[in-house]
Amino acid sequence: MTKPRLATVWLDGCSGCHMSFLDMDERLLDLAAMADIVYSPLVDVKEYPPDVDVCLVEGAVSSEDDLHKIRLVRERTRTLVSFGDCAVTANVPSLRNPIGTAPLLERAYLENVTLNPRIPLDVVPALLPTSRPVHDVVDVDVFLPGCPPSADLIFRTVVDLVEGRVPDTTGARFGR
Amino acid sequence: MSQIVIDPITRIEGHSKITIQLTDAGEVDRAYFHVTQFRGFERMVQGRPVHEMPSIMARICGICPVSHLVASSKACDEILAVEPPPTGADLRRVMNLAQMVQSNALSFFHLSSPDLLFGFDSDPAVRNLIGVAQAQPQLARDGIAVRKFGQQIIEWLGGKRIHPAWVVPGGVDAPLAVETRERILAAIPDALAAIRRALDWYKAELVRWEEEAATFGSFRSAFMALVDADGRVDHYGGRLRVMDADGGLLVDRVDPRPYWDYIGEAVEPWSYLKSTYWKAAGYPDGVYRVGPLARLVVADTLGTPGADAELEEFRARLGRVPASTFHYHYARLIDTLYAAERIEELLRGPEILSPRVRSHAPINRNEGIGVSEAPRGTLIHHYRVDDDGLVEWANLVIATGHNNLAMNESITQVARTYVKHDRLTEGMLNRVEAVIRCYDPCLSCSTHALGDMPLLIALVAPDGSQLDEIRR
Repeated sequence: MTKPRLATVWLDGCSGCHMSFLDMDERLLDLAAMADIVYSPLVDVKEYPPDVDVCLVEGAVSSEDDLHKIRLVRERTRTLVSFGDCAVTANVPSLRNPIGTAPLLERAYLENVTLNPRIPLDVVPALLPTSRPVHDVVDVDVFLPGCPPSADLIFRTVVDLVEGRVPDTTGARFGR
Repeated sequence: MSQIVIDPITRIEGHSKITIQLTDAGEVDRAYFHVTQFRGFERMVQGRPVHEMPSIMARICGICPVSHLVASSKACDEILAVEPPPTGADLRRVMNLAQMVQSNALSFFHLSSPDLLFGFDSDPAVRNLIGVAQAQPQLARDGIAVRKFGQQIIEWLGGKRIHPAWVVPGGVDAPLAVETRERILAAIPDALAAIRRALDWYKAELVRWEEEAATFGSFRSAFMALVDADGRVDHYGGRLRVMDADGGLLVDRVDPRPYWDYIGEAVEPWSYLKSTYWKAAGYPDGVYRVGPLARLVVADTLGTPGADAELEEFRARLGRVPASTFHYHYARLIDTLYAAERIEELLRGPEILSPRVRSHAPINRNEGIGVSEAPRGTLIHHYRVDDDGLVEWANLVIATGHNNLAMNESITQVARTYVKHDRLTEGMLNRVEAVIRCYDPCLSCSTHALGDMPLLIALVAPDGSQLDEIRR
């Protein structure tokens, strides 16, 4: 029997949810025995593959790249988990929403600069006007709040999902 | 002119790509490291009460949140015009060093050890921590254990592993409980043993990577880090020392707070990551490196017995100022050994259980600058506030930004050595990525952002025809 296919994706987040994933410590090896990690910043696969069973998505949708990525992920994933507060509510990235993108870029690249003030436009993706939670852009199957969700909660949820159960997310909470 | 794109760079902490520009003759001209996401914390925090700053700024990065807590709290100390009580400062040091351990472990074991163990041309499908666990279980288990050691200390002190709120303006939030001290001390021998096993393995294997060590960003540059008044490494604070490629001191033990006297920040249109440069040498010649290798280069000694013995051996092998970026890995392991030893020393200090850990004060100044060593190098937080303590302006100079010019120089060198335009291999491109992994860039921090994307490497001839393509 082939193992369930697990993926993890980073959008606009601080990577703290991925660090909490690593905080499963030795259980990472147990998880690897239960599921194949087919896509993640931790492995050398560059293109999001088809037929992913479970994907944990960290971060808000904030740039053109994020938008493109999350649509592709949704298309190719059976169970999409909105992973952590930035995915669930847009949390810290959304602090920029009342300000707009122009003043942010101006502060960083025109004002707080010694040489060559200019806003980067080549190769780098444009920012979306607002930072949005994942479920505002695509359908989400499971919400796992927390800044970050604890390693115990992540382990329990992922095991439930790869074993085909509705996950028990008791104990999930926003913030701490 | 044609170009090769590596997108995204994997096994690094962030969202980036590399383009390699080829000349009409098909030679590598230059390589560019593009950081592709931006969040804008410097403007986002405007109007927030200054006491919120450590907790908001920690959300810049889930890998090194404690670095931002420390630098931010130090900037807030200045705004309150207080010094933390000595025990409060020592407890901040303990947490900062615990984070050094876990972040260095992530870089070495979780992200880079697959290249070192399997080789740069190995199968990408096994080139990850799970592959390491199958091939050499002890190495993977040590990696997990060392990272866990650091994370547990943070949790035991601050209540949670990621984004604890325990480091605060004026000191820390609560004194050290005696049971916590004993728990940490009890975990130290196993952690030291695991770090030593990795260090012994690395030194024994070093000969296998001689070719990479000679070509992975091997160039003359200055190095910058913080040292204490006696010239020992000082991750928490201290004075700034910058050493040139010949071992001469460009500045020694100066106050790091007027950073604008020494360094400038330049923008390139092709990256969200600004390039910090040594002002006296100008742009773009003012290349310097920060992080574990820089800390070992500039410090006279580290100050703990095991780490100092390793530093001596390191210098006997490589000299005082190693040119190659590859040696960041070796330096990172010694830095980790130092951190674990120093945590033990601090916890055995006579005043470490003192209940006086925090100084309280209202807003007493309108400006504050906090400088500390993050895992990846010198970190600067600079804030201005109004009389009510609401933030009016902020500037952040992040470790990875200091290394930006050096990273671009390094990938260009590796690409010129390995990338053959008419015959692309996955291993060539993995080497270009691997030199970036040496710096362990934290792109979440550096543009105050993160993310990732698919890879398609296409080699396109000047006439537009596709010569070669690789996917993974």
